[in-house]
Amino acid sequence: MKHTITLTINGESVTSEVDSRLLLVHFIRENLDLTGTHIGCDTSNCGACTIMLNGLSIKSCTYLAVRADGAEITTIEGVAPEGTNHPMQQAFHDQHGLHCGFCTPGMVIRSIELLKNNPNPTEEEIRWGISGNLCRCTGYNNIVKAVQQAATEMQKES
Amino acid sequence: MFKCKTSPEVGGMGHSVKRKEDARFLHGKGKFVDDVKLPGQLTMVMVRSPYAYAKILSINKEKALAIPGVLAVITGYDLKEFNLHWMPTLLSDTQMVLPTDTVMHQSQEVCAVIATDRYVAVDGAEAVEVEYEPMQAIVDPYKALDADAPLLRPDKEDQKDNKIYHWEQGDRNKTDDVISKADVVVKERIYLPRIHVASIETCGCVASFDKVTGKLVVYLTTQAPHAIRTIVALVAGHVGLSEEKIRIIAPDIGGGFGGKVPVYPAYVVAIAASFLIGKPVKWIEDRSENLVNGFARDYHMDCELAATKDGKIQAFKVSTLADHGYTDSSANPSKYPTGMFSICTGSYDYEHAFAELDAVYTNKAPGGVAYRCSFRVTEAVHAIERMVDKLAAEIGKDPAQLRFENFIKKEQFPYDSPLGWSYDSGDYKATLEKAMDMIGYDKYKKEQAEKRAQGKLMGIGICTFTEVVGAGPSKDFDILGIAMFDSAEIRVHPTGKALARFGTKSQGQGHETTYAQILAEELGIPYTDIEIDEGDTDTAPYGLGTYASRSTPTAGAAAAMAARKLKDKGKKIAAHLLEVSEEDIEWEIGKYFVKGAPDKCKTIQEVAFAAYTNFPEGMEPGFEATHYYDPPNLTFPNGAYICVVEVEEETGAIDVKRFVAIDDCGNIINPMIVEGQVHGGLTQGIAPAMYEGIEYDDEGNVLNGTFMDYLVPTAVESPHWETGHTITPSPHHPLGAKGVAESPTVGAPPAIANAIIDALAPLGIKHLDIPITPAKVWDAIQAHK
Repeated sequence: MKHTITLTINGESVTSEVDSRLLLVHFIRENLDLTGTHIGCDTSNCGACTIMLNGLSIKSCTYLAVRADGAEITTIEGVAPEGTNHPMQQAFHDQHGLHCGFCTPGMVIRSIELLKNNPNPTEEEIRWGISGNLCRCTGYNNIVKAVQQAATEMQKES
Repeated sequence: MFKCKTSPEVGGMGHSVKRKEDARFLHGKGKFVDDVKLPGQLTMVMVRSPYAYAKILSINKEKALAIPGVLAVITGYDLKEFNLHWMPTLLSDTQMVLPTDTVMHQSQEVCAVIATDRYVAVDGAEAVEVEYEPMQAIVDPYKALDADAPLLRPDKEDQKDNKIYHWEQGDRNKTDDVISKADVVVKERIYLPRIHVASIETCGCVASFDKVTGKLVVYLTTQAPHAIRTIVALVAGHVGLSEEKIRIIAPDIGGGFGGKVPVYPAYVVAIAASFLIGKPVKWIEDRSENLVNGFARDYHMDCELAATKDGKIQAFKVSTLADHGYTDSSANPSKYPTGMFSICTGSYDYEHAFAELDAVYTNKAPGGVAYRCSFRVTEAVHAIERMVDKLAAEIGKDPAQLRFENFIKKEQFPYDSPLGWSYDSGDYKATLEKAMDMIGYDKYKKEQAEKRAQGKLMGIGICTFTEVVGAGPSKDFDILGIAMFDSAEIRVHPTGKALARFGTKSQGQGHETTYAQILAEELGIPYTDIEIDEGDTDTAPYGLGTYASRSTPTAGAAAAMAARKLKDKGKKIAAHLLEVSEEDIEWEIGKYFVKGAPDKCKTIQEVAFAAYTNFPEGMEPGFEATHYYDPPNLTFPNGAYICVVEVEEETGAIDVKRFVAIDDCGNIINPMIVEGQVHGGLTQGIAPAMYEGIEYDDEGNVLNGTFMDYLVPTAVESPHWETGHTITPSPHHPLGAKGVAESPTVGAPPAIANAIIDALAPLGIKHLDIPITPAKVWDAIQAHK
């Protein structure tokens, strides 16, 4: 069955006809060609597909596209104006918080939401806060440092 | 310590410059295989076996083909028409591409459904009707050796039982003799379980065959694109796919760790499907397909370590049973079926050793795939490091002291090990001393004594490993006959900027930065002015790829050697420009100058421009160089890791309090990247030590084939790693460098296991196999009450 959905993604309004069973991650990647959102599992464990939906970080691999009707979505392509870095992106670069880069979009989006709810987290709070996102390369030390750097920078800005 | 020779702006060796590759990944602009979208692209989904061992009675395609959008169902019989239903593994065994009559492990590919869309392909796969006749699977490798065990591979001529091969190294009789006369002998059967690398990106490909030009382009999650091209040409040459018509492109790779070295059957089916249909065919593995097909480790090792009563090690013997599943898909050099397992004598100086191994078939997925160490060094190091700790416990000596008393000394290098390696360099004493200082070893020993007096369980574990990485040399190391050299090609443009290409392929190691730094060090061209390109076989020079920590030892060396060829040519051009003879020209990083007159100079950029505009008469124009580097020896990085744990007796819960890792990988190109590699490797070390291990039931069903039950550590399970270095340059590598990325995966598990077992020692527990989970600890505690 087909459904017409309208949503806002990275500031642009999109109207599209989708199958009932189409997953949001496939809608984003294949219908909209925003391939920065990745797929690493199908059980909501790895977090490579994490996006921001109505201000919450969610795993788009277990979310139907029809359910996103009317939603406001931000993917990694939309976290900062073109040609600039979000403080979180800058911090991942500065602290070597990425190796292969596959988990990075989901990890960055999740970390942004973490700081929104807790602007000055402890190391333990950061580790628990990103524990829904798996990284197989970095050993997490430098991701933690990146979130700490971003927290400092974002507090300066606010 | 290493002293930088260049400014941070030039960014040569030793500078922690930020990575050049980061921007595209941070903005979602990386190009991974699943991001490739070609016009007319079809999707392929595999139908897989629910049984570990079964006859296939029939495959009915009809219902699948009736679904709109399903274009084809490909079976083993379809491939048999082209003699493509079997393929060679990298270690000259054979593996089914698709079966015609029997499936040999759960989740084996049975047939492939090709459709216009991902969802339709899945519908098609569910509609294919396969009739099986299940048989009793062999799951236990020891039972595979029983005289009445069914023959699993009757397809192989001369195969009379389930043994694949026997391998041995060293002097069995002499070693047995020394062991039989020794004051102290400690023994243990140590098991390293099946584990899976579980890179966050699974495997996949897009195969695109153009029927008009006859050209096949394959976007592939591969760590070794050139080797794959040659293998495709060798396997499919008879249907007209010849090597010049095959282009393998390894785009951005979302983690490899060795899991992206093998040729998986679905790659071949996708290529065959595109070849037959003439349209691009994409196959992307799902997580469960990824987790249950192809494994590392699975070694059962019977170890014996002999010593004098005061702890001088005299001999080591290890007899191993290796469970390879239904085919040996090890990506090992052909003369080394067990990889570098004979490094198992470790960092210690003694004369006698013997290692043997029997490899067997079982009804499991192909074994021998890597897990951030493909060449069996992890197994070897675990064996010796557990046994050294066991010896220390047996004779009541501090494990650090025992190691100091047995270490190969700095002045003994190059050191010929009892099983035939020539260790290039190391200062094991200094490395361990640094680790002990950093963690505060004596302080923890005191704390442990106090805690034990209070009945609390606290453990300190040490591992002092020697790694062996960087294959070739080509006289000893080849894969399917292809020598294990690697390559670099540099093109310096007229404006002094450069493009360099390599036979390796980064999967997150940061080659775009580190190779540029090597060239910056050698030529003085800023690393930001050098573009690095890898992974496309139509453009990159031939190489054997990135795995086994070989890129810096081989391609990194090739970069330096190619740059030195350019420097020599540049000297002639500089002499011409400065109107002096070549002998009067001297080099300082980035410029040539006249001896005794440093003001009379030409920069490397000016020389590059002259190579295209104003070169000496008779000289070949241009400023390009290529080098194929064949290393004279492997490199032998080492490390000293110390772990402190506390165990809760009531629950078995394990708390890793501290973990210090001191690595010695020779001269360092980028300290930030090396430290990052060590962090990641350590987390892939704690993973098998405490969390990961694929489990089977008696029927050969995988019990934990998803991320819900195969426990990849999150940021919570991963400790705050503390790292440091000693630097003992490799004497034979042009930059004095060694490989590093696998060291932590090799060194961490025994340090953690030793710490946990040390914590449990007061209860009388002397050994536990990894993964050491709270449940396993709790069971052991109950058994010793």
